[in-house]
Amino acid sequence: MPNHELPGKSQPLPEQTPKKQSVRLRALKAAFPYTIPIFAGFWFLGLAYGILMNKSGFSFLYPLAMSSLIFGGSLEFVAISMLLAPFAPLQTFLMAFMVQARHLFYGITMLDKYKGTGWKKFFLIYMMCDETFSINCSAVIPEDVDRGWFYLWTSVLDYTYWVSGAVIGGLAGSLLAFNTHGLNFVMTAMFTVIFLDQWMKEKHHYSAYIGLGSAILARLLFTSSTFMIPTMVLILILLTIFRGPIEKKGGFAK
Amino acid sequence: MTIPQQIITIALCVVATMLTRFLPFLILSSNKPTPEYIEYLGKALPAAIFGMLVIYCLKDVNFTGGSYGLPELLAICATSVLHIWKKQMLLSIAGGTIIYMLLLQFVFA
Repeated sequence: MPNHELPGKSQPLPEQTPKKQSVRLRALKAAFPYTIPIFAGFWFLGLAYGILMNKSGFSFLYPLAMSSLIFGGSLEFVAISMLLAPFAPLQTFLMAFMVQARHLFYGITMLDKYKGTGWKKFFLIYMMCDETFSINCSAVIPEDVDRGWFYLWTSVLDYTYWVSGAVIGGLAGSLLAFNTHGLNFVMTAMFTVIFLDQWMKEKHHYSAYIGLGSAILARLLFTSSTFMIPTMVLILILLTIFRGPIEKKGGFAK
Repeated sequence: MTIPQQIITIALCVVATMLTRFLPFLILSSNKPTPEYIEYLGKALPAAIFGMLVIYCLKDVNFTGGSYGLPELLAICATSVLHIWKKQMLLSIAGGTIIYMLLLQFVFA
């Protein structure tokens, strides 16, 4: 069987320090340019998220803890609403799992690529996000650059951009002099844009309709604090019932 | 919400998130094919989830009174038009949010 490489077991290195350092540096030089466009986006949204937390009455420790431990923009925005709503642990857990379920598929895709990266693997998995995934999944890594270090640098850089943005926003929020009433729309605008991006890449919109329709129907039948569990159940049921026709038509976004 | 409840809420978000990140590496191996149903969900879920999240953002909007959800609907239209026109994520989000804030603070104040 090919691929007998064990995680954690890397090539023995006779000449250690100077070589090792240049390996890291070369990987950083290769990875950094890929992350520049991510920087702008993460800082913009991270700042907005931190400011919103501040304006919702939370100390900067909240965006610090949430951005560094959850590290998922969509869920962190949703979590602001959840923190301001009545305590609902089951809904919180299910909601978090569904919003983050994308990572399951990123993981499946990266199983092979992240194999044999040793101790770095934990951090690669911990810091997985949409942007890091798309870089690490598609980047053409030069022959002389260490794969593991390249993946790690991309992950660490993106992670740092997001956490620093969120913390600065959380600290600077109270300095803003203008009226921030309505700033919470940044979350609506963000999801609208992601939804549209998805929409424009698809040939058919069955699952988009299922998501919108299930949520609207459930909201009409339940209250604003109880409709999300029924929504998620309904989405899974409908996607399962109509799997045949939806798969036959295909046309999913890539 | 009390402080312990806040901590539990955040902790649940962390646990659920880390499950989604670590689960594939713990239970799947690259030699075994992924179950077809899971693969199908991977393709079909994102559009549904982001549709759901747009509605989630509107969950407390009053469509039967007050301003009838007009500021929200107008700002969503503005965001969408900006995005289809310029295809610049940050511009669409910033533009849509500013329009919403102006509508809320000056037009529907």
